[in-house]
Amino acid sequence: MTELLFNIDDLPVPFKPGQTILEAAKAAGVFVPHLCHHPRLKPHGGCKLCTVVVNGRTQSACTYKVAAGQEVDIDTPELNAMRRSLVQLLFIEGNHFCPTCEKTGACELQALGYEYEMLSPHFAEFYPADREVDASHPDVLIDRNRCIMCERCVRASRDIDGKNVFGIAGRGGKATLAINSPTGKLADSDFAVTDSAAHICPVGAILVKRNGFATPIGERAYDAHPISDSVNVCEIAEEAK
Amino acid sequence: MASLESALIPILAKYRGDPTALLQILREAQEALDWISPETEILVASALQIPLTQVKSVTQFYAHLYDHNRGKYRILFSDNITDRMAGSVALFERMQAHFGVEPGQTSADGLVSIDLTPCTGLCDHGAAMLVNSIAIGRLDAERIDEIAALVKARKPLAKWPAELFAIDDNIHREVTLTGIPYVPGSGLDAAIRLGRAGMFDEIKRAALRGRGGAGFPTATKIEGARNAPGVQKYIVCNADEGEPGTFKDRVLLTSFSTRVLEGMAIAAYAAGAAKGFIYLRSEYQYLRAKLQREIEEMRASGRLGVSIRGAPGFDFDVEIHMGAGAYICGEGTAQIESLEGKPGRPRVKPPSMVIRGYKGMPTIVDNVETLAHLTEIALEGGASFARRGTRASTGTKLLSVSGDCERPGVYEYEFGVTIGRVLHDCGAVAPIAVQVGGASGVLITPDEFSRKIAFEDVSTAGAFMIFGPDRDIFEVARNFAHFFAHESCGFCTPCRVGTTVQKNLMDKIAEGRGSRYEVNDLMRLTDFMRRTSHCGLGESAGNAVRDTWLKFRPAFERRLVPHDFAPQVDLDAALEPTRLATHRDDAAAHIPAEG
Ligand SMILES: Cc1cc2nc3c(=O)[nH]c(=O)nc-3n(C[C@H](O)[C@H](O)[C@H](O)COP(=O)(O)O)c2cc1C
Ligand code: SF4
Ligand code: SF4
Ligand code: FES
Repeated sequence: MTELLFNIDDLPVPFKPGQTILEAAKAAGVFVPHLCHHPRLKPHGGCKLCTVVVNGRTQSACTYKVAAGQEVDIDTPELNAMRRSLVQLLFIEGNHFCPTCEKTGACELQALGYEYEMLSPHFAEFYPADREVDASHPDVLIDRNRCIMCERCVRASRDIDGKNVFGIAGRGGKATLAINSPTGKLADSDFAVTDSAAHICPVGAILVKRNGFATPIGERAYDAHPISDSVNVCEIAEEAK
Repeated sequence: MASLESALIPILAKYRGDPTALLQILREAQEALDWISPETEILVASALQIPLTQVKSVTQFYAHLYDHNRGKYRILFSDNITDRMAGSVALFERMQAHFGVEPGQTSADGLVSIDLTPCTGLCDHGAAMLVNSIAIGRLDAERIDEIAALVKARKPLAKWPAELFAIDDNIHREVTLTGIPYVPGSGLDAAIRLGRAGMFDEIKRAALRGRGGAGFPTATKIEGARNAPGVQKYIVCNADEGEPGTFKDRVLLTSFSTRVLEGMAIAAYAAGAAKGFIYLRSEYQYLRAKLQREIEEMRASGRLGVSIRGAPGFDFDVEIHMGAGAYICGEGTAQIESLEGKPGRPRVKPPSMVIRGYKGMPTIVDNVETLAHLTEIALEGGASFARRGTRASTGTKLLSVSGDCERPGVYEYEFGVTIGRVLHDCGAVAPIAVQVGGASGVLITPDEFSRKIAFEDVSTAGAFMIFGPDRDIFEVARNFAHFFAHESCGFCTPCRVGTTVQKNLMDKIAEGRGSRYEVNDLMRLTDFMRRTSHCGLGESAGNAVRDTWLKFRPAFERRLVPHDFAPQVDLDAALEPTRLATHRDDAAAHIPAEG
């Protein structure tokens, strides 16, 4: 059987039928930035970090299927500038104060900020004041200030844990993370720290308690390697399980 | 709570505990109970055996559903730019003064709340409002006072004077669709004579293209659904008409609904579908009862149901599904999500809807007008239909004309009519611009008035808003920027965050604190939203701002500060609380303006 090929940034890359661009690129060791995508979850297509150009048109690499002969641009200055803007938009939408966040150094959003040379948030901050912190649960903390609406937790809880603990409620800029319990508090839901949803958040919005500084700052995942080198540390760790 | 349960049980029973009816259930719960309380949400979630988060996600997604008490009378002023041009801002303030409430707040006695809502599809009726989803047009100070008195008297809406709710068609130009009287059943009979394949061939020959905006060939969709595997196939009539400045579907649903409904049946016949929905926008709630009556009449007279007009196997029925205040639900896949009782967020494509749509089955979503045209094609044949209009844009098109002109209303033209001709016909005096296609459309300036309304030139679902010499086009673009920020569904980053950034930048410029820096940001942002957004809403959300900068630069420039950059915070204004606290107002307590 002849090998199926498509092109990434002008170089031929093999793929298997049914693979998305992101999957095929990853298998070939090519980094495609992503936030809402996670290999254990059904593709979502919302964050748009994985935007690539396919035969001249922008597409989401995490949902778009590869076809033989496709010309895909991934690492171009123009796309990288767009990705920087996307990361900036995610930063200004919430309240991301990295120095006080337990996720710093292991945060995918922060790592992508470094990757795309984001020197400032650029746009005026929204400073949302209505994003609740939920510390009710004995083992897990929710800080909505840092939520980027990627719905990884929503999908993980529903599709892996079979629980439906999380949802996104509210339209557009009013979207927030909602919790499935009569009080809306995590403690009153059937969530457990052993759920995969407890460990899948790309940012510091869902944090396991009593873990502070378990890994010293400076030795965390993306302190050691840029996110593009590691392809994705959290996923590799996840897949190794 | 007994009263809560007694209100909800019949509603839940009516929908047989079907979770895909969630949106309809919540709408009706609100009609019965005025709002959707946490107790209602919990009860509905447990009755439907769905997570509470799912109920909350629906309540919070749709602007006309309320998860806090907004009073017995929920007044929403239409806030399209055409409403503003008709004086809606002063009328809004007048209404607020009657009750002493802030926008969106409920009066202390729980009687009333007053807020804004995007275009209600009454742009030919001056300023307009909705009271508990029922439309009232032609607002003036007198009407405001009358309505306020009715509310204060707690008179039930059903007992308000009927003339308040009068809405006219305002058809000022007819060709075939609105001009030729339609005999009920005639299109169906003609389709049956042609047979399923024959009917499809005529639609193909007619080269009919979708009237909802994108201009997609209708026959291709029908063919796709026909050939796709599926035990059940669906026809959806897209009556969401949310694009600001559009109201021609309102008129079709009012006075040409027989064509629309039989057009649905004809599409179903050609595609092999047996079930249809009308997705009716919440703002057109007042049309629901009339449409429902007509559907029942059609069933009674064998124009809907089993073996329509005696043709064996021609089975088709229609159900009305109400929206609840979300422009995005006009987008086909978002509409399907909404039909399934979920928040209206566009799906990932492919697969296309004609392969996997409603409940995973082949589904055709077509605009009201597109479907109505099918009756013409059935009766006269595709070749005859295609003789009207241009080669690439066959047939006629309804335009919703509003703004600065003598005769706002619906105009039917053959495709290919020039913009100048429309302006002449409706009595527009010295217009400086026309926004064709609504907020997501294109701004046309006088040097382009010879351009044609056609898919190959100026493509539009029909909105045609005219701006006279005294209008400020910057404010038009700013109104649209607010619209998109309000309507973004939130699914994708560029639109969810970008539309709010765009709105904030436009507001900063409006306040006189913007510079070229903000303009550069806007241009980058609008380009970036167009290229990275998930659906047409985000892709077009920057059009108006971009067009205004490119075509009405002085409207922007006169607001810009001369220096390169103005800080986000007005430093001197920020010191005001300190000045007040320290009782100082001397020169040293001020920061001089830059420049
Ligand atoms: C944000 C958005 C809103 C839309 N709103 C409507 C609408 O209100 N009515 C409509 O017919 N089409 C609307 N459309 C277009 C539909 O997605 C779809 O193309 C159309 O209903 C197909 O019908 P047609 O082929 O008859 O035009 C909208 C599209 C987008 C992206
Ligand atoms: S909490 Fe984390 S995983 Fe969940 S949506 Fe927010 S950012 Fe994504
Ligand atoms: S472009 Fe806007 S409306 Fe469309 S999916 Fe993205 S957020 Fe939703
Ligand atoms: S990773 Fe593809 S859209 Fe988020």
